[in-house]
Order: sequence, then C-alpha cells, then structure tokens
Amino acid sequence: MGGRKKTLMGMAALMLLTAPTGAQSWAADGPGTVELGSLANHYSAVTFDHAMHVGVATSCADCHHHTTGLAPTDPNCVRCHKAGAQAQSVSCKDCHSDKRFSPEDLEKTGGNPQLYHKGKLGLKGAYHQKCLGCHTTMGGPTGCQDCHARNDQGDAFFHSGKYAPAPKASGGHGGGH
Amino acid sequence: MKKLHRRSFLKGGLAGGAAIAAVGTSKHAEAAGSFGGYPDSMGVLVDLTKCVGCRTCEAACNKEQGLPAPDKSFDDPSVFEEKREGGLPRRTTEKAYTVVQKYDVPGREHPLFRKVQCNHCNEPACLTSCFVNAYKKTPEGAVMYDHTVCVGCRTCMVACPFYIPAYSYSSAINPVVKKCIMCYDTRLKFGKPPACVEACPQEVMTFGKRKDLLKMAHQRISDKPGAYVDHVYGETEVGGTAWMYLSDVPFDKIGYDTHLGDQPIISYVKEFLTIVPMVLTIWPALFTGFHLLSNRKEALKNEDTKS
Ligand code: SF4
Ligand code: SF4
Ligand code: SF4
Repeated sequence: MGGRKKTLMGMAALMLLTAPTGAQSWAADGPGTVELGSLANHYSAVTFDHAMHVGVATSCADCHHHTTGLAPTDPNCVRCHKAGAQAQSVSCKDCHSDKRFSPEDLEKTGGNPQLYHKGKLGLKGAYHQKCLGCHTTMGGPTGCQDCHARNDQGDAFFHSGKYAPAPKASGGHGGGH
Repeated sequence: MKKLHRRSFLKGGLAGGAAIAAVGTSKHAEAAGSFGGYPDSMGVLVDLTKCVGCRTCEAACNKEQGLPAPDKSFDDPSVFEEKREGGLPRRTTEKAYTVVQKYDVPGREHPLFRKVQCNHCNEPACLTSCFVNAYKKTPEGAVMYDHTVCVGCRTCMVACPFYIPAYSYSSAINPVVKKCIMCYDTRLKFGKPPACVEACPQEVMTFGKRKDLLKMAHQRISDKPGAYVDHVYGETEVGGTAWMYLSDVPFDKIGYDTHLGDQPIISYVKEFLTIVPMVLTIWPALFTGFHLLSNRKEALKNEDTKS
C-alpha cells in the first residue's frame, strides 16, 4: 500500500523534474525516451531511449544511484539523503549541477567542510562518464556523433566540416615543432 | 641530451652568478626560500584515467585564446601519430597552448591520453630564470608572461622542466613567448574555470583550490584501491604545481619526468637570481645582440623550411 503510494509520488516527481528538458514518452518502467538537451551547445540534444536501456541493463542501479521509492545506494549520499526530496528524485540533473565550477558549485563541492559533496561531478561529466564508461565495456557506440549530431556552431568550434583547414600545399609538414 | 644542455646552462649561470652575488641584494635571496605557493591559489586536478582523447579541450583553448586556425581539424585523430624528432609525441607550440598526447601502454586495454599544458608551478623556473622579470605568479595561481618587457632571450624555454614555453616568430621585431595562461585574463581572475576545463565532456579536469584538490586526489586514490598509482604528480614536483595529475599507469611510462625532485628549480639558481638588479643594468645591450643573432638564425631556418 504505502509502497505504491511512494512509487506514484516518485513518478510524479520524476515527471516534474524531467519535464523541462523536453519531450518524452512513457513505457512501463519509466520514461520511454528522454530528451537530454540542457547542455546542448555544439551538439544537438540527445534523444535518450530509456526503454531500450531498461531492456539492456540488469538493474536500474547500473545507471541511477537510486530509483524511485528506494534509498540511494551510494554510501556517500546515504549519509544525509536516506530519504527526503533528494532521495525521491532520480533525474541526473537534480544532483549533478549544470553549472559545474561556478563559484556556488565550488563552494559546495570543494570549500564547505560541512558537506560531503567534494568533487561531485557536474551534469556533463556525470552523463559522459556514465554513458561512455558503460558503452566502452558493453561495446556500445562511443563516437561523439553516435549520440548527438554536431551542429554548425560545433563544426566551427572544431574547425571541421566546412570549417576544416585547407590541406597544406607543401604537405609532409605535419609534425609538431 | 636536452637535460644535459639545461644543466650545463644553469651551471654556467651559477658560476657567473657567484662572482657578482656579493654585490647583489640579499632581498632576492630571501624571496627565493620556501615560498610554497599562495595559500588560496586555484589549481586543476587532471584524472588521466578519464580522458578519452576527444581534443575538445584543444578546440576550447584555441577559441578562448584567439589562436590561429589549426593545421588539422580538432576532431582529426591523426595528430596522435605525429612525432617530433626522437619519436616523441607532439608538444605545445605558439599556436597550441595545450595538446593531447596518446600513449599505447602494454597491457592496458585502451590507449592513455594525456593533456599537456603549462603546469603553473608554485615557484616557476620560467619566472626565476627570467632576467627581466617578464613572468609573474598571480595569487589565483596562474603564471603570466609580459611580452612588453621580454627581451627574447629564451632562457625560460630552457629552464622550464616541462618544455612548455614556445616561441612565436610571427613578428621578427617583437618575438614573444607563448604558453597557456590558465585563462587568467578572461576567466580565472573572475573566478571562472579555464575554458578547457569547462569544455571537457568527461570532466577529466577538476578546478578548485589547490589545497582542496590535493585532498580530493588522495581521497580518490584511497576510495578505489588499485585504480590509481599512489602518487599525485605535481603535489611536490619542483616545489608543487597548480595542475596536478592522477594516473593508473606509472608516470614515467607516459612521458612524465619523475626525476625532477621536490625542490623548486629556483634553489639551484638562487645565487644567479641575486644578480637580477645588476643584470637589468648591463644585459640589455648584450641581449640585443643575442636577439638579432637568433632572429638571423630563425630567418635562415624559415628559408630552409620553405624550400
Ligand atoms: S576534452 Fe577532456 S576527454 Fe577530451 S581530450 Fe581533453 S581532457 Fe581528454
Ligand atoms: S610549467 Fe614551465 S612555463 Fe609553466 S610555470 Fe612551470 S616552469 Fe613556467
Ligand atoms: S587553461 Fe586556458 S590557456 Fe591554458 S590550456 Fe586551458 S584553455 Fe588553454
């Protein structure tokens, strides 16, 4: 009884928390797809196929520190967040800051001795380390553009595509100095 | 080869310095004691186990520092195969303040990638070796260079234990040394992280107070036994550096000099430093000569490469 109520609450929280990132559809075990776009800059947003990953993963904990209705598993998090709002949310971005290394973030993750947030990854780092880490061991795609297509701004940034440098006329002068 | 060259160079400096040391002020000698770095200076902890070699950091640096367009796209992995003389991987240049190197380590499942840039030493050899005080270490941690006072003697390039400062020949009249400045002008002095740190998708680099980073680094080592070599490169090397490294491969296997010792290079040239005021008065003339000579050499070299 109580369990079900909790789950529903968790689901509601999840919807609230992930909704702003964009469109999503639902499957039985959580969202079907999630649009990960809050950091999109040089790349388009990632349309994350959550349902597919649910099928591949052995448990939610492969990706999430905790799932709705369950206490966080990370011993560092459990110290303070056994229950409460933080434990209820399962969205990466609710704990991993998208403003990593901002003065506020530095205060929390480095300077404040009252907090156990030392070195807590930002959102971008959390995504990439989690996704790429698993894709490397599981043989999933690991190329940047396998997950998000680079946009024009990104091409300019990387001096690639139509912004690629013209090949050196003389050739053979590839080495560093 | 190179190291010997540096040693004999510094030795020469010492011998020269000894003669004039007596007339130098003792103030400089004191300053050359154990500074140990500014207490609240910032730093960067680089976790080499996390780097995937995407070179986003290089692209970010190029943009932030307004550097010339690269010879190859920043997503072109063929740069990893480029070798300098002696089979060494590419290094920082006047056009690239940071470069990522690739190491194929026997027994390691994937290649190891290593980002190279100025380490922003607590007591920088570039700074202490410079006769005209062109370098300064800011309280925030960056080692800055002032091209308006530089005479182009290139002593800093020889003194730097990490082979970082590069020389720009783009202007023969005003040659300047170029290196990573930890994004001081545009970011660090406003409390913002360097562009390369912010751009890295893997959060390979952690920006923060150096003292916090050190704790974090040792914590990471003890949290994951076996995942790291039990050493934070840059904690003590040459008196400590603002940029520090964690690795799963012994540092000497991936191009780090593990024989630099814990003493800042300043100690070896202390006597030499005491002659700075004297140098300021008598050396400019000498260096003008050096300068012209090196320009001639470079002009000739450029002719060479053109043909
Ligand atoms: S951006 Fe990060 S992961 Fe990519 S090469 Fe640079 S340090 Fe490595
Ligand atoms: S790494 Fe080299 S250039 Fe950078 S501060 Fe140290 S001595 Fe100077
Ligand atoms: S700190 Fe700034 S100048 Fe230095 S390598 Fe990074 S982006 Fe380039």
